[in-house]
This record gives sequence, C-alpha cells and structure tokens, in this order.
Amino acid sequence: MQKYSIFSLVKNALTGHQNWDLAWKDPNPKEEYDVVIIGGGGHGLATAYYLAKEHQITKVAIIEKGWIGGGNVGRNTTIIRSNYMHDENGLFSEFGMDLWRKMSQDLNYNVMFSPRGIINLAHSDAQMNAYARRGNSMRLNGIDAVLLNREEVKELIPMADFSDNVRFPIFGGLMQPSAGTARHDAVAWGYARQADSMGVDIIQNCEVTGFDVSAGKIKGIRTSRGNIKAKKVGLCVAGSTNILAEKLNMTLPIETHLLQACVSEPVKPVLDKVVTFGAGHFYISQSDKGEMVMGGDLDGYNSYAQRGNLPTLQHVLSEGIAMMPFLSKLKMLRTWGGIMDMSMDGSPIIDKTHIDGLYLNCGWCYGGFKATPASGWTFAHTIAQDRVHELNAGYSLNRFSTGHLIDEKGLGTKTWIS
Amino acid sequence: MLHIKCPHCGMRSQNEFSYGGDATVKRPELNKEVIDQEWDNFVYNRVSPRGKHLELWQHLSGCRQWIKVERDTATHEIFNTYKANEEIA
Repeated sequence: MQKYSIFSLVKNALTGHQNWDLAWKDPNPKEEYDVVIIGGGGHGLATAYYLAKEHQITKVAIIEKGWIGGGNVGRNTTIIRSNYMHDENGLFSEFGMDLWRKMSQDLNYNVMFSPRGIINLAHSDAQMNAYARRGNSMRLNGIDAVLLNREEVKELIPMADFSDNVRFPIFGGLMQPSAGTARHDAVAWGYARQADSMGVDIIQNCEVTGFDVSAGKIKGIRTSRGNIKAKKVGLCVAGSTNILAEKLNMTLPIETHLLQACVSEPVKPVLDKVVTFGAGHFYISQSDKGEMVMGGDLDGYNSYAQRGNLPTLQHVLSEGIAMMPFLSKLKMLRTWGGIMDMSMDGSPIIDKTHIDGLYLNCGWCYGGFKATPASGWTFAHTIAQDRVHELNAGYSLNRFSTGHLIDEKGLGTKTWIS
Repeated sequence: MLHIKCPHCGMRSQNEFSYGGDATVKRPELNKEVIDQEWDNFVYNRVSPRGKHLELWQHLSGCRQWIKVERDTATHEIFNTYKANEEIA
C-alpha cells in the first residue's frame, strides 16, 4: 500500500495526481471466508481492521448493500465523547477516546480529530447537581470532567443567551475538555483502506438475502451476488438490524427510528466547542468549513425512510434558537436523516447470539459514530475469541431479560421520556 | 408532515398526535402463569418491520383518544386508521 505522507503528496503533485493507487479494491466475493462482516459502515470497517490487526484474521469479507460511507457513518454529526456516568459506557467510550487520539497515525489517514471539548448546559440547580454527580463518576473512571458555573460558561460560549428573561437560563455546565469531533468520511475511508491493504475484501453493492444455519451453527450467507460460506458472521448493520434479524427468526429489543441532522450556511468561526442544550435535546458544533452542524430528537415513530419530517426539525431548531439566538439569522444549507437502531434502554448490544458463530453489534441509538473504534475493537475481539471482552460484557443481549439494563439517560425508543 | 385521519375528529396534522409504538404487541393474559420470555416479548422485543406497520397514536392535542394507524415505515404512507378497540381484519 502506498503510504500517505508529504513526500507522496509532493511526488504525486508533480505528476499531476495521475498515479495515486486506489484506496481500496473492488473484488468479487470469494467462495468462502473465515469471517464475514455484514455492513460496511464505520463499525463494520473498524471490526475488519481490528480482526486483521489485533487477531491476524485476514480471510475476511465486508458485505455492504450500498457503498462505503453511504450510511450512518456519513450522516452523523461527528461528535466524539465519553461523558457517561455508568461504568459500562464510561470505560468503553474512554477506551475508544484513546483509539481516537491515535487514529490518524494508526491508519495513516488524517481523520481530523479535533478535541475541542463538549459542554452540556445545565438550566436548573437540580441539573447542576446531576452534572456534578455525573462528572464525579466520570473522573472516577479516569475521564476528564469539569463543572462550570454560569460565568465560566459565558467566557467559553458568549454567543449563548445569557440575558435575564429567558425560559431556560444557563446555570452552568459540565465540560469534557478531551471530547470533540472528527471528519466522519475520513474515518470510514481510513479504516477501509487499511483493512483492504491487510487482505480484507470490501464487497459493495451486495445485499444479504438470507443465512445458512444448520444444527444451530452458522454456515454462510446468501447474497445478491451468490452464496458465501463463512465460519463466523458478524452483523453490523445499524438501521437494518431488525430486517436481518427477521431473516434469522430473531426478535430484538430494538426499534428502527429516524434521526435528522442539518447544517447552516458557512459562517466565520464563532463556536469552538460542542454544546448541548440541557432543557431539551439539541446539540451544535461548527465544522471546519464554517457550517453550524446541528441535531436533536428522533422523528419519533418507526421509520426506514432516510429522510426526515419538518415538525421535528422545527422543534429541534427552536431549542437551538432558545439557546443561541443568533442561529435564527442563519440560512439552512442541508438537512438529512439516517435510520438508527434504538435499543430499549438506550445502550448498544455487542454480543454472541444463540446461533453458534453469529455475532451481533447493534443498538447504537444516538451514539454510533463516537463508538466506531471501540465498537470495532471489542466486536473483533468477541468474534475472534468467541467470547466477549470485559469492555463489552455489559452490552449483552440478555440484559433485558435479566434486568441488567444500562439506562444511562433512560432514553431509548421513547423520546417523550426525556 | 404526516396527515393522520383521527377516526373521531377527521384529518389532522401530525403535530396534534403523539406516538405510542407497535399496536400488535399483546400483554400476557391475566390470571395465567407467565414465563420470562413472554414478559420480554411484551416489554422489550419488537419486530419493527420495514413496510406495513400497525401502530398506536394518541390524538393528544385533540380528542385525546388512542387510535391505531396502519402506516408504511419506508414511505410513511398511511393506509388506514382505526379506533383503539376496533377489530382489524
């Protein structure tokens, strides 16, 4: 594989950029693989990469119905954080933060990781107390957390509404300084390029139509491009998990919902933090191009349409304007939607299944992008070793029957709970 | 925006309604031994199909009645709406 560096850039600039290698190949599916990963999104690509890198399993195929980077990895709001209270989420995400910090070097691909900090705003004394508790829990797990008072928040984000007559005055906030954003497409492309270079077949435009299971063991998959034998199969298809589960006669604690995001026209640098509104569900950051990147609630009803509806967008943006009134002057550039696996407790599932050799990675709700490296790393471990790693032990499928829910915010499919 | 025909009030905008999830889920019967799996299926597990989906909505800013709506989860087309206690063929 051609290494990207200042020298390769200069060399290719001098030859008119005609001689760059393809970042990844476009192979036809082989007859058999050791591991087949279904879903070529961020998590699937990362899983294949860590299977090859950490476990030396390279006879791997990624089966993608569409194209690399066309699903949720290209549709999110690029926020990376580990500001969780519960141990399962905190330790898992903080492990991921380490992988994020090293990612550009590791992948030889600039993912533009920008640890600019995230501030969760508080709008009442009770919320300040809750944030103090969450911040302390985070620090006990080695995650950086700073409780800010009103004046400190004002210093960092003076464009927020600090006037006297607001419905939700800003009392303060909880900041994780090491949180931030990254270029989402680069994450997908970086993982794809490295996985491909280690021998992983990335097979695009290939839809999975069925599974071959006999005597409780997975034997292979059926696809629109023929049958593929596989010793192990990993499901990594956020948004379509229910569809594939149905083909396996499994019913999961997941509903498929639609989440929208939008960007404004680009403006000069005004906001150098990720900020979330504490009296509703709204978050905002500014991209390197100057666009304000915003998102919030689910549309609220089961949906497989990758496009949103205006009432939710209006609701979310009115929260944004309540928090930062200058947003009302901006024109909207683009809005789009992605479909999410909403699990019933708002936390993901990375686990084995009752079918031998079939592994499940799903239920990422609002937080799939930031989990990409940690999810890939632990899922690769779970598949390669045929047992869960301690980092994803809490993300079990049977926690719903045993009562070990991870109700970080109590926010799963039911948006009205917030 | 969705337009939902409330069987009590007529065609109204989505803004007046609140979503209540899969309408085909049945609570395990009373006065009967219930195994854990049945509770799991009732409380947590959902089919969440792509396509036709029978679901509960409440006309919250209207008559406040719960209704059933038959809607396509891929196209958002609404085929039919029913009163909550209406039998559906």
